[in-house]
Amino acid sequence: MRKFIDKIKPSFEKGGKFGFLHSTFEAFESFLYVPDTVTKRGSHVRDCVDLKRIMIIVVVALIPSLLFGIWNTGYQHSAAFGLDWGFWQMVWYGIVKIIPLYLVSYIVGLAIEFISAQIKGHEVNEGYLVSGMLIPLIVPVDVPLWMLAIAVAFAVIVGKEVFGGTGMNIWNPALLCRAFLFFSYPSKMSGDTVWTGGVSRYLSEGTAYADGNGLVDSFSGATPLVHATEGLDGLNAAGDTFWNMFAGIIPGAVGETSVIAILIGAVILIWTGVASWKIMLSSVIGGLAIGLLGNAFGTTPEMTVPAYYQLVMGGFMFGTVFMATDPVTSAQTETGKWIYGFLVGALTVTVRLFNPGYVEGMMLAILLMNTFAPLIDHYVVSASISRRAKKISKKVKIA
Amino acid sequence: MSDNINLKRGLDIPVKGTAVRQLKKAIVPDIVALKPTDFRGLIPKLLVHEGDRVLAGSPVMADKADMSILFTSPVSGTVREIVRGEKRKLLEVRIEADKTVEYVDFGVKDPGKTSPEGIRSALLESGLWPALVQRPYGIIASLQTAPKAIFISSFSTAPLAPEIQFSLQDEAENLQAGIDALARLTDGGVHVSFNSKETGNNPFKGLKNITTHYFSGPHPAGNVGVQIHHISPIAKGETVWTVAPHLLAAIGRLFRTGRLDLRRKVAVTGPKASEPSYVEAVAGFCMKEIAGMYDGKADEIRFISGDVLTGTNVGSEGFLGFFDDQITLLAEGHYHEMFGWGKPFRTRKFSFSHTYFSWLTPGKKYAMDTNLNGGVRAFVMSDVYGKVLPMHIYPVYLIKACMAGDIDKMEQFGIYEVLPEDLALCEYVCPSKIEIQSALSDGIDLMMKEMA
Repeated sequence: MRKFIDKIKPSFEKGGKFGFLHSTFEAFESFLYVPDTVTKRGSHVRDCVDLKRIMIIVVVALIPSLLFGIWNTGYQHSAAFGLDWGFWQMVWYGIVKIIPLYLVSYIVGLAIEFISAQIKGHEVNEGYLVSGMLIPLIVPVDVPLWMLAIAVAFAVIVGKEVFGGTGMNIWNPALLCRAFLFFSYPSKMSGDTVWTGGVSRYLSEGTAYADGNGLVDSFSGATPLVHATEGLDGLNAAGDTFWNMFAGIIPGAVGETSVIAILIGAVILIWTGVASWKIMLSSVIGGLAIGLLGNAFGTTPEMTVPAYYQLVMGGFMFGTVFMATDPVTSAQTETGKWIYGFLVGALTVTVRLFNPGYVEGMMLAILLMNTFAPLIDHYVVSASISRRAKKISKKVKIA
Repeated sequence: MSDNINLKRGLDIPVKGTAVRQLKKAIVPDIVALKPTDFRGLIPKLLVHEGDRVLAGSPVMADKADMSILFTSPVSGTVREIVRGEKRKLLEVRIEADKTVEYVDFGVKDPGKTSPEGIRSALLESGLWPALVQRPYGIIASLQTAPKAIFISSFSTAPLAPEIQFSLQDEAENLQAGIDALARLTDGGVHVSFNSKETGNNPFKGLKNITTHYFSGPHPAGNVGVQIHHISPIAKGETVWTVAPHLLAAIGRLFRTGRLDLRRKVAVTGPKASEPSYVEAVAGFCMKEIAGMYDGKADEIRFISGDVLTGTNVGSEGFLGFFDDQITLLAEGHYHEMFGWGKPFRTRKFSFSHTYFSWLTPGKKYAMDTNLNGGVRAFVMSDVYGKVLPMHIYPVYLIKACMAGDIDKMEQFGIYEVLPEDLALCEYVCPSKIEIQSALSDGIDLMMKEMA
């Protein structure tokens, strides 16, 4: 294998027959092998961690959510159509529904990454490994594939490549993808029927992968967030108990439902130091704070839902753990991370409490805070600089 | 020791090959070289021709900016070759050494009774003035300004650094003479930092005429720049001087013997050193002299004058730097590792991060090599750098300001307080493999150009 690569390598170098595919070749080679480059200047030895490793850790951390999402997709379908499926049938259905989402996400996204790296003559960035993993987990399982393809293209080109690639982007590309879908095709992204696999198609064409006797009478398909607008009673009536939501046996975007699976990912991220625990913790605190404030007033049914319910409903945990902590688009300073995380959590719950029309505030809260993260950092850094200046000027001559 | 400053952030890189406290041999060099490139920002003026006869202490070159700053030969002999690089830049002056060294006699002086002018001129004519490093920027000390204070770190935390308890064990008197001399050049006194956790006999212990400070913690706690930051941060317009302990000993020797004696114990370290230990040698000796002290072929080994973080790659026929008392021998990392980044375990590699499992074996030492372990990317992670920098500085912001060439920002983010060596660990841990030290170095060069 190595010999083969060394043999074909020259034709991909500058001036070689396939010189124009240099970046592509390099990407595949460095995917297979850690490159043999040695340090030239500065530190002669380097840590063995690189961005590929960091990205793969995030991907690993997402696997529990993905696996649960696969099962839950089948489970929701089975429940909606009254099929009484066994475990493997549910898993199989989930795989059939979710694999195409991944194919579209990775093929479209990576193609654009490769092309733009090629145009710029850069190495291909590995950032899309994570974005591509995230995107299928935050969309409704029934999203049409062509829409997903357009959204992915938009997210990668406008969200990342125009800024110069991974590390330069302002907004989280995966969330941008979801925002694009939401604003361009609201009918496919909201409402009660998009969250359960097969329901959209059943309603429009009258068939589904396995529709049995049609939708069961009790089917609502609405996510807990919608039920929560009727208060705790609404949630209980729909069977959305705290523990059901914690475990994730509820309708919702593919990977966002199970808090247990997300927490497993969170432990991996925090332990490896890839994502900031400060952002996660402060986001939870922010969400709880506004939730409690809502409880204190209790003027609308939504406000009477206990604050801790906010943490397990919708995409709160998923956003907190995997989206808000994106090291590129979140705040860079340690103090800034506390502020940023708190505001993400607080804004999310604020949107939920005051906007019954669109109850999932996580996406917009994070995108908004992505926008303001540099501003937060700016103030944190300026404060630190002026503190330091004062300290130095105060310091009398040592002796 | 209530005033101990404990620095928590940092990292001791677990690289194999610590020198045992044993003197392997005393090297009588054939050829030594003077390298203007050892000194930041120096534009040299050559004072000798090929074939000229020099003694130990004879001037070889001078600083064009101030011709009274001389660089002198560490040995007696004949100027053999003047090596120039691109644009005729002077790289090395090679001197063929005599078997027995003849010294220029500068005269024995009592530093306590010599005037500051007398001390200054003694250091200048002997060529030891350039041993004084001025911060900000890490340049040769200026004759025009007196420093706020002079700082010395009595311990090094750098990877595999020589242990002063051994390398300077008999030098206490020379150190004292050096301190007495330098103390006359500043009103702020001579500040010596100790490692509060150290064991054994530090030759600085018990010296007079110094202000002591105590530090503890992993590298870079032993870096004098980090210590100054915690003792008395450098404000704009201030200057401080630092000096390496073994050069301080040479200054003391100058006053006590009247000779320029740049001999020092050099630690030969690193995973490729067959028996890591010390040799006695003079500044500028050639790497050929340590043949037999390493495993494998010379062309597969990187010869570093200095430590793995900040040293210079001099090659198998290169020369020891003026400031260095350590040689590190590393294997060159020219190899491809299949799916290296994806393997769950990579037991032969060390990572500061927990993304690998090397944190499970805290005592283990690694035979590190020069492989970059990845490809160069933009800055992505924001918090890894602060974990290894025990200073109140935002390293990423500082480096980005350096890359952008923004003078005001560099100043705000603390460029006066740091040298590349202080941020070397940031470079080591950087998952984006950014050359932080050279970016900072370019930033410092720009500052010097713009502020001059």
